[in-house]
Amino acid sequence: MEGAGPAQPVLRLTDITKHFGPVVANDGVSFDLHRGEVIALLGENGAGKTTLMNILFGQYTADAGYVELFGERLPPGRPRAALDAGVGMVHQHFTLAGNLTVWENIVLGVDGLTAPSLRPAKAKARIRDLSERFHLKVDPEVRVGSLTVGERQRVEILKALYRDAKILILDEPTAVLTPQETDALFATLRQAVAQGLSVVFISHKLHEVLAIASRVVVLRHGRLVAERETKGATREELAALMVGAEVTAPSFEPTVPGPVLLSLKNVTTTGEGRATGLRDVSLDLRAGQITGLAGVSGNGQGALSDLIAGLDSPASGEMWLAGALPRHWSPRTAIAEGIARIPEDRHHTGTIADFNLVENAVLETYRTTYSTGGWMNWTDARRFAGDLIDKYDVRCPSRNIRIRLLSGGNMQKLILGRVLEGEPRIILANQPVRGLDIGAVNYVHGQLAEARARGAAVLLISEDLDEIQRLSDVIHVISEGRLSPAFARGTMKPEELGAWMAGHGFKETTHAA
Amino acid sequence: MRLEPIEAPGVARRVLPPALAIVATFVVAAVLAMIAGGDPLRVFGEIVKGAVGSKFALLETLNRATPLIFTGLAVAVAFRAKLWNIGAEAQLYAGAVVTVVLGTGALTLPAPVLLPLIGVAAALAGALVLLVPAILKTRFGVDEVVTTLLFNFIFLLFVSYLLEGPLKDPMGMGWPKSPRLIDEARLPRIVEGLRLHWGFALALIAAVAVWVIQTRTTLGFEMRAVGQNAEAARFAGMPVMSVILKTALLSGGLAALAGFSEVSGLKGSLTLDLSPGYGYTGIVVAMLALLHPLGVVVAALFVAAIFVGADSMSRAVGVPTYLADIMLATALLLMVLAILLTKFRVRRD
Repeated sequence: MEGAGPAQPVLRLTDITKHFGPVVANDGVSFDLHRGEVIALLGENGAGKTTLMNILFGQYTADAGYVELFGERLPPGRPRAALDAGVGMVHQHFTLAGNLTVWENIVLGVDGLTAPSLRPAKAKARIRDLSERFHLKVDPEVRVGSLTVGERQRVEILKALYRDAKILILDEPTAVLTPQETDALFATLRQAVAQGLSVVFISHKLHEVLAIASRVVVLRHGRLVAERETKGATREELAALMVGAEVTAPSFEPTVPGPVLLSLKNVTTTGEGRATGLRDVSLDLRAGQITGLAGVSGNGQGALSDLIAGLDSPASGEMWLAGALPRHWSPRTAIAEGIARIPEDRHHTGTIADFNLVENAVLETYRTTYSTGGWMNWTDARRFAGDLIDKYDVRCPSRNIRIRLLSGGNMQKLILGRVLEGEPRIILANQPVRGLDIGAVNYVHGQLAEARARGAAVLLISEDLDEIQRLSDVIHVISEGRLSPAFARGTMKPEELGAWMAGHGFKETTHAA
Repeated sequence: MRLEPIEAPGVARRVLPPALAIVATFVVAAVLAMIAGGDPLRVFGEIVKGAVGSKFALLETLNRATPLIFTGLAVAVAFRAKLWNIGAEAQLYAGAVVTVVLGTGALTLPAPVLLPLIGVAAALAGALVLLVPAILKTRFGVDEVVTTLLFNFIFLLFVSYLLEGPLKDPMGMGWPKSPRLIDEARLPRIVEGLRLHWGFALALIAAVAVWVIQTRTTLGFEMRAVGQNAEAARFAGMPVMSVILKTALLSGGLAALAGFSEVSGLKGSLTLDLSPGYGYTGIVVAMLALLHPLGVVVAALFVAAIFVGADSMSRAVGVPTYLADIMLATALLLMVLAILLTKFRVRRD
């Protein structure tokens, strides 16, 4: 195989170093990948995983160090070199054309659809053969637009295999999958490895890393800090390696739930601008309780979040707030009603990137609190921003810098401070820890725990089932805009929730109801 | 080749590219001047002399800068909120028409009453002219670049009709020209005997006022927020549509004041050549000023100086005045490039 002997690594990185101005993204990173091996590349956001992969694929050129594939050095800065040498990458965000069929998508980058040499029948036969060999069930004739996320991922993997990839790189592949789909993916990967492929699995979900990888390479601040077998390793150890310190997650003692603060009764929305609206959703948010919303992304989480945030109104059904029907539902009303909103996209919805910390701190309250008669009161606003920075531990050189210069975690802390300072009664937390490092994750979760203890009603929307199960007193699953019944803490296994996430169970309940 | 964003640009990174852009502009102009048969140093010398070399020249430059400050502010205010107002030309003429309608004897009031009245009415007219495209934008998503641009031509033809019809000066020997304003409707000169009128002072006040609005008021905060990120502004509870409409009113009003100031302060009557494209040049001014209201004053003075200087240079050296247009166009293009280079670095891999 490509002249790579059993002892020789298929991929070897040697002393890869990359600077971006004063920032060191990769600092002397070296590791080997052997034939038939799965290694996990573990690290927090900003640890340098993506930069490393971009160097491998020639998107960046390393300042120092080099990449060897099957014993040969890769010319730097040539994106096709790694592809041609047999490295396939499956990105977190898929690169498929929805209006083409599966086989067309797979062939697209290889032969081109208009090439005279193209033999559709042969290509399809090859795809069928590959999908059988690797347990990647998908029909080549179906249009990609009609596939589920899990199926699309299979197409991406098939695409790489069709190009004779010997090395598969998967960037956060399970972020969009249900537990069942994740299991299927792992089965495929095991099959691939058994047939001599090698896999680099990039993730920060520790239980998955332990389940699939035989070796784990940990990056921290651009440096390789640990490389070890997964056999015998625990999640706590890996987390500590990743963060560089012992990590203690906040705990959630049982509480007695209070009255219903927000109640949806048979709400349907058009889901304006979203793929999925809500379909006949009824939901109660109670004081002193965290309600978790599990589901595969794009199943109506956005629509529910928009509704509670004030961006959308029910097309039918009713939304009750503390026993009253609010009129003129808008973001401003939502804020006035004491709803703290932590948006899904902190960069584009939650903050204004080129505004400084002071301006972002008063974005929601400038009218009510930080102005008189139309004149801004910047002295008070500056003091408020300073207080937030101290109290919520926002690490920043100054409150006068543009917020785009902050890390995601610090940005989220400012948003958190901004909404929690108003002592909100209801908290809408949409993916509050996505992309944050473990320290920031625990901080955000701790703040939600405190708000819960204070008597706030929290709605936690997340695609991370682990997070949902750890935090929530009550769990609902959303699928295609429909909401499952409420499940109390600890009553459901992940697989059971996964079945709901995949859309099973909804028909029966409608019949029963 | 690709661009890599620079997170925290240093002083050299922020100052050098714009400075180089200005130098490069003069190099391009020098080459063209040589091709046109002039000695570049003499050409630039004559431009400087013609723009600021004498009291007369200086006042001429200030007079020329006046409408450009107004239209530059109008564009800067609108662009800051991402309302692409390309229609300052029409708004300017709307202000001019109202000035003529009210200032030629329809109202006879003492000047201290009449002038503010006409100014406000003119501003309102310009505001309304921009309000229509703004409503079309917020209600139906109609692209305001197209509507405001095309409305310039419609409005200019409308003015042409007015000057041939209802507003035609009966004593004008058949020329398409309005009657002259009554004395009470004329903006007086700042210093008796000098050609500079109060319109210039009004423009400076407007620039400071816009600056204060943008930095100190809730409306200014909203206008900047909507311009930077309308989605985040909406999420934060800002009334995005109403902010855009208010921005349109302010922008249109400012552009109309250019028309008021030109008719009432300088020309005394309305003709079709009142504005040699001040509305469009306002875009150049605003861009050169990086949309900063006080920067607009500096940029307008710069642009006016080049135009006025080029006129007199052309008489002295014989190089066509088109050189001024080329210099401005070059300066604008290079400045846009320079601003890009203050934020990104070019990578060659």
